[in-house]
Amino acid sequence: MKDPILYIPGSDIAAVDDAAPGTSVLRIRASRRAFIKGIIASGAVAGSSAFLFGGLTGCAPDQPGAGAVERLLSLNINGKVRRVDVLPNETLAMTLRYKLGLTGTKLSCDRGECGACTVVIDGRTVYSCSTLTHMVGQREVRTIEGLEGPNGELHPIQQAFIDELGPQCGFCTPGQIMSTVALLEANPKPTRDQARHALSGNLCRCGAYDHYLNSVMRAAQGA
Amino acid sequence: MAHKLLGKDFTPPDIRGKVTGKAKYAEDFRVDGMVFAKMLLSPMPHARVTSIDTSEAEAMPGVLGVLTADDVPPGQGANEVILTNTPHFIGEPILAIAAIDETTAADAIEKVKVEYEPLPYVIDPLESLYPGGPDAREGGNVANLQIPLQTVKWTARDFAEVEENQLPMSGQPVVEWSYGDLEAEFEKSAVVYDETFVTASNSHHSMEPRTAMSYWENGKCFVYGSSQSQSFFMPGLAGLIGIDSKDLVYIAEFCGGGFGSKGAPYALMALPAYMSKKIGRPVMLRVTRAEEYYLGSNRAGFQGRARIGFAKNGKVNAVDLYLVQSNGPNSGFWDFTDAPGAVSICYQPNAMRYRGLPVLTNTPPGGPQRGPGENQIACAFEPFLDRAAAELGIDRVEIRKINAPDNDSLFDGHQNPVTSAYQRECLTIGAEKFGWNEKSKRSRERKGSKVIGVGVGQAYHSAGFAGFDGLVRITPDGILHIHSGVGNLGTYSYAATARIAAEVLNYDWEHCVIERGDSRKQLPWNFMQVGSNTSFTMGRSYHAAAVDAKNKLLEIAAATHGGSPDDYELGDEVVRSKADGAAKMTYAEAAQKAIEMAGKFDGSEPPADINPMTTASTAALAGSGLIGVAKDNYEINGVPPALATGFMMIELDTETGTFEILDYAGAIDCGTVIHPMGLATQIKGGAVMGIGLASKERIVYDPQNGVAANVGFYQAKPPSYLDVPATMEWGAVDIADPQSPLGTRGMGEPVMGCAASALVCAISDALGGHYFNRTPIVADMIVNAVSGRPQSHKPLQVATF
Repeated sequence: MKDPILYIPGSDIAAVDDAAPGTSVLRIRASRRAFIKGIIASGAVAGSSAFLFGGLTGCAPDQPGAGAVERLLSLNINGKVRRVDVLPNETLAMTLRYKLGLTGTKLSCDRGECGACTVVIDGRTVYSCSTLTHMVGQREVRTIEGLEGPNGELHPIQQAFIDELGPQCGFCTPGQIMSTVALLEANPKPTRDQARHALSGNLCRCGAYDHYLNSVMRAAQGA
Repeated sequence: MAHKLLGKDFTPPDIRGKVTGKAKYAEDFRVDGMVFAKMLLSPMPHARVTSIDTSEAEAMPGVLGVLTADDVPPGQGANEVILTNTPHFIGEPILAIAAIDETTAADAIEKVKVEYEPLPYVIDPLESLYPGGPDAREGGNVANLQIPLQTVKWTARDFAEVEENQLPMSGQPVVEWSYGDLEAEFEKSAVVYDETFVTASNSHHSMEPRTAMSYWENGKCFVYGSSQSQSFFMPGLAGLIGIDSKDLVYIAEFCGGGFGSKGAPYALMALPAYMSKKIGRPVMLRVTRAEEYYLGSNRAGFQGRARIGFAKNGKVNAVDLYLVQSNGPNSGFWDFTDAPGAVSICYQPNAMRYRGLPVLTNTPPGGPQRGPGENQIACAFEPFLDRAAAELGIDRVEIRKINAPDNDSLFDGHQNPVTSAYQRECLTIGAEKFGWNEKSKRSRERKGSKVIGVGVGQAYHSAGFAGFDGLVRITPDGILHIHSGVGNLGTYSYAATARIAAEVLNYDWEHCVIERGDSRKQLPWNFMQVGSNTSFTMGRSYHAAAVDAKNKLLEIAAATHGGSPDDYELGDEVVRSKADGAAKMTYAEAAQKAIEMAGKFDGSEPPADINPMTTASTAALAGSGLIGVAKDNYEINGVPPALATGFMMIELDTETGTFEILDYAGAIDCGTVIHPMGLATQIKGGAVMGIGLASKERIVYDPQNGVAANVGFYQAKPPSYLDVPATMEWGAVDIADPQSPLGTRGMGEPVMGCAASALVCAISDALGGHYFNRTPIVADMIVNAVSGRPQSHKPLQVATF
């Protein structure tokens, strides 16, 4: 991404580079009035560049921008081997959501800030939005869909999140639960403060933190 | 009266999907042939598109179509539009491209050539009010939902005070009201404060961006969207799409957070419908986090000035309030008229004058955010109570009780009555839960660079409406189907209030099903799930429908076993004779009988006064069981209030300007408590958002270039686990509201404002009574205050770091 091109009062603006993702070629004309103070060309549309890389429907785009072709990988997801065609620049979140039908893993920021896409890989929490699927290899990936028993029995952590009315809107809940899974496997009897730190990479705009921590502590008691 | 269901915790039916990942939000739906759209967003805060060249993009393999402003309805006044050729904020959608996959759509967007002519833009409302100042829209600089687009300029004389860092009160307002003899009340006041203040705009930042998917089938348009509301949402969404409401199928099973920004229909949700119609394929429009920041709406900011006079005994004599609202470029929301109402009810001044106006700005569109107006103004006004308490020698909780509203209180410019109000009790309960008497003694306790601050805050929002419909159905298998058109914003109130129908009909909750989330489930006309209204509004509607079903059960029993309906009563899912135990029938049998009797009993003859949407739903269900359907015609005389109190203790580090929140307790006056755990999580979650409002969140703009500086979570800083206390306490007054059949009132919004204002007061307390007159109060402001340095912003400056 190019640096924003700033307008200098009193001067005309030249064309803006077209290389900024999500930006069109801009031909910004001269200012008309003295109090037009400035213009930025590219930073504003940075949002359009998120979610770009995925070959979402499994169609293999052959655009130069998409870069490359898919390669068949064997992934270990929730204890099963899943074979899937994956682009070189494809994130694990996109593979899970759009190629394996595992939509319980949510995308909220798609840039490693919020934790809605948290999965557990080899016992550690990972932001799947910021993990390339090609880097996962044969490691064990667990998602929210992998927690229930064979007959749909809830995992004790899931039951604890119900019993303590953990979720509000529920969008961040799968991530909160996966962080709890990793925490309690590493530290079955955490203090509330340890739990708070372990889950601090999972944002909740509803502010359900207190009830989520109650859920974690209840699950830990049952463990 | 002891209730069977109300006041007890339960497992809401939608929670299992949330913990298993099976809950489907808008982006989780898939249909055959689905393709993706991407948007081209305006890079300028205000501009005119002079040319668009999409030829190169359209020539790309995989590109299916382009949608521009010419393909969608034009804007009217300051209303938001789907696509525009005159963008009024950075990030406003100019056009969209659909392609076989999202990568191709995004690549194609980059091939589009757009030429813009920049137009004057404005970030600071005062700049727009200045004579000759820039307007955010070519048609004017003032507008709101009920205020047509117009131009208002103040005079240079008005601005003389701005130079002295005070908001002028002489400038022309758009809204004005008053009651009482203002100057006489100021005259007899023992202390009078006059302060200019700023409350920042902040983003909603719902975790789920406003993604939508749409397709057309058999003449109907299907939309899978993210909304707080269901039935009330539909006519507006249908209008945006340009179809009749009956031709819209709207699916909104879950909403990943809205906080007001997804309550009413919004333009962007119609975009995939137009694209789908144009290209003949289902279209998914995934909205990114930064896009959500730009167009997902934000809370209006205020530049305000308040004069407030207190009598010697702590009573508020007079309030004179002026608010300039940073409105965003569209019609925005009426924060600026809700705020003075909150002041009026919370402090009950003998005389009050309010003047204000919403000024358009080229910033993200304004929209209602949890406690719109009320929660900002709580942060500006609650510190006045502390100042007066200190000066007059009154306890800070006590001075709030002196001014608190009760059942006889009137408020707002119209001097509306309340349905009931128990704010004194609410203060008492909150203070007890917090331990005010002990903890307030620790005020300003020092340990090294750390100092304790203790604060109390209050907030208000109206909490209910009336006149919507209820629809329930008992099928011949004995199951009670509770049809809910209110929506599912994530508070479980849709389910907690549905239990009122089950309660009236003496149902076992295990035998009840809530029909919701999809308009094909035949839903009644219900209001939006906004404005803390559900517990009151839906409580009345469900009750009306259940009473109708109850009456029909009694009539059917009488018709079957003889006698009059009065001879019968409801037992455990049986309707039985009061005198003769043998004369009874199960609900299942009664439902079967209702179908045989038809007419009003099975929905074949619905009441005349229900909304056409409910009539259509009833007609579709007719003959399938015993239908209870009714409009809420219960009496209403006054505004149902939600009143909240918050208590906070912090430990502030005077060297770094940071603080840790040690304790929080919140309490609420919301009528009868129907779902204790749901109420608890609202009180605590509201407090988390309030902490953000008071100390972290704000939009920041480069005033030189109009460029947004915080478009992601890490910049905009919604509170995390580590920003809030590890445990919180809560309490409720739990006194029934007389105008709600089972006593319920709403509560969701003020539980945020009371915590925000409690934190503002706690910070000031820690600093020995330093008042910032600005939210959020961030670390550098605290350090400046401690060290006696001037702040880096001017008192009236907005959108600052």
